[in-house]
Amino acid sequence: MNYNVNEKGYYGEFGGAYIPEMLYPNVEELRQNYLKIMAEPSFKEEFNQLLKDYVGRPSPLYFAKRLSKKYNTKIYLKREDLNHTGAHKINNTIGQILMAKRLGKTRIIAETGAGQHGVATATVCALMGLECIVYMGEIDIARQAPNVARMKMLGATVVPALSGSRTLKDATNEAIRDWINNPVDTHYIIGSAIGPHPYPDMVTRFQSVISEEIKWQLKEHEGREKPDYVVACIGGGSNAAGTYYHFLHEVDVKIIAVEAAGLGIDSGESAATSVLGKEGIIHGCKTLLMQTKDGQITEPYSISAGLDYPGVGPMHAHLAKTGRAEFMSITDDDAMKAGLELCKLEGIIPAIESSHALAIFDYKKFKSDDIIVVSLSGRGDKDLNTYINYFKL
Amino acid sequence: MNRIQQKLQENKKLLSIYFTAGYPSLNDTESIIQDLEKSGVDMIEIGLPFSDPLADGPTIQASSTQALKNGMSTEVLFKQIKDIRKTVSIPLIIMGYFNPMLQYGVEAFCKKCQEIGIDGLIIPDLPVDVYHDEYKSIFETYGLINVFLITPQTSVERINFIDSISNGFIYMVSSASVTGSQSGFGEEQTGYFKRIAEMNLKNPQIIGFGISDNKTFTQATQYAKGAIIGSAFIKYVSNNGIKTISEFTKNIKE
Repeated sequence: MNYNVNEKGYYGEFGGAYIPEMLYPNVEELRQNYLKIMAEPSFKEEFNQLLKDYVGRPSPLYFAKRLSKKYNTKIYLKREDLNHTGAHKINNTIGQILMAKRLGKTRIIAETGAGQHGVATATVCALMGLECIVYMGEIDIARQAPNVARMKMLGATVVPALSGSRTLKDATNEAIRDWINNPVDTHYIIGSAIGPHPYPDMVTRFQSVISEEIKWQLKEHEGREKPDYVVACIGGGSNAAGTYYHFLHEVDVKIIAVEAAGLGIDSGESAATSVLGKEGIIHGCKTLLMQTKDGQITEPYSISAGLDYPGVGPMHAHLAKTGRAEFMSITDDDAMKAGLELCKLEGIIPAIESSHALAIFDYKKFKSDDIIVVSLSGRGDKDLNTYINYFKL
Repeated sequence: MNRIQQKLQENKKLLSIYFTAGYPSLNDTESIIQDLEKSGVDMIEIGLPFSDPLADGPTIQASSTQALKNGMSTEVLFKQIKDIRKTVSIPLIIMGYFNPMLQYGVEAFCKKCQEIGIDGLIIPDLPVDVYHDEYKSIFETYGLINVFLITPQTSVERINFIDSISNGFIYMVSSASVTGSQSGFGEEQTGYFKRIAEMNLKNPQIIGFGISDNKTFTQATQYAKGAIIGSAFIKYVSNNGIKTISEFTKNIKE
């Protein structure tokens, strides 16, 4: 079984490029060039240098001793939360900004939900001196004020998405419309492993530095490259894609994907796409997505702004369908509890997205000598208000 | 011969109007179609609303959102127009995004279109190559013409490919833009219109996006077989309701 993208842009039956003709030249230009550019020695050198000196990579692989003791197994945390800007998102934006420059683009657009990808994009645009426009749902702008301020401080223009449900999916629509209107000078930095081919593959490759590091870091810790499990939370699925990438074809490494159940799978307020979604087309790719019987895309819910996307990347849809990955869903309450637990046991305040991945230990039993690597995709600073309100701190 | 093909053979410039089904009110569909035909429109695109219309500007987005709120769906639309061929004889095209069709079932959708007397489909996010490899034979089985878009950025090679698998007309997007975002055509656009006209394609071209009045209609049809108006018509019914549709078309054709 192949879990990577094929030459037509599909992961099994998922993926492809379902785009209006207006976008074809942009996407085709990228498709024809992305692998070539990524293979250039000068590209690799610049990418790796920036990841090291600017992002602060490699991010530590940390053995969480007290957490491990509590659950009687061996838990390692891949500390993406220690990256510059506080999450894994910057791995992708560094890669894509270098790609954009090599394609001769001068204007950058991006979508953002909670603002993390918007901040990571604004950051690299400032770094490279490129114009940056970030689309953000009007409702998200209101509830994520600090990130809006960050983007502005970094020189980006934040444009409210006023259409539809005025959240992440609509911000994505607006960014795509911008790209249709500006086909020549603009590069669209998609923030997750979604969108038309080659985006899911390109984003996955930029994020794959995560699993590449896990291999040699685990070797240092344990004398072996392969853990028994890799675990990551999934919204669109970019941190998960990066965490799994080098283990996709290592069948003795089990893959666990953790979705947001919100208030519960059957509550009507959930973002567990693998359970509630059905095959369809969203933002240019065929994948699993939450929709009405009539094919209208619905609005998901999670307490975590980074996980409430109605679709999931096509690679993950394929992993779900083939059974390569085990999908679990974690409610708001369990995620919040697991987040607070990590604070108390390890002195780390995790992003609520990452807390979902940490919450599986109450539901899944591991052997005492199992080695489990959990992607700690982001830090919790941005979620402080949610933590304060939830725990009445 | 399909009604679209017949219409394209008439010795005149064609006016095609797009409207969003279910807007302004859920049950306006049939009377809008009938009134458009009466007012001299040559062809109609019935917009099947979608929650996430990527290729559309604010006007059509807003009308789609409202139409869905009003209760429009694929099922409802088919019910509303099931007897449309008793009163309307001009070509009817359904324009919509691919996901609702996929959920209805592509074959079931096409079959239903044939039963009703729909002549063609425009599906902006169904790429030419996917259509060619997976759906072409289904469309042909049910006698439906699939209409493809080209833009100023579409390469000559791709235009020729699109021409080769089209059997109605080519929808020429006037500029790199979403719907409803242009006002008037400049030299860049007329240059592009000319360039395409000179390619002598097998299929006639109909220009859409940015046609809003008599001036832009005349400009566009100087180079093409016809023109499509969408956003400007939606704006008109938003402001004036659906009682005076003939006023709108009269002003376009003068």
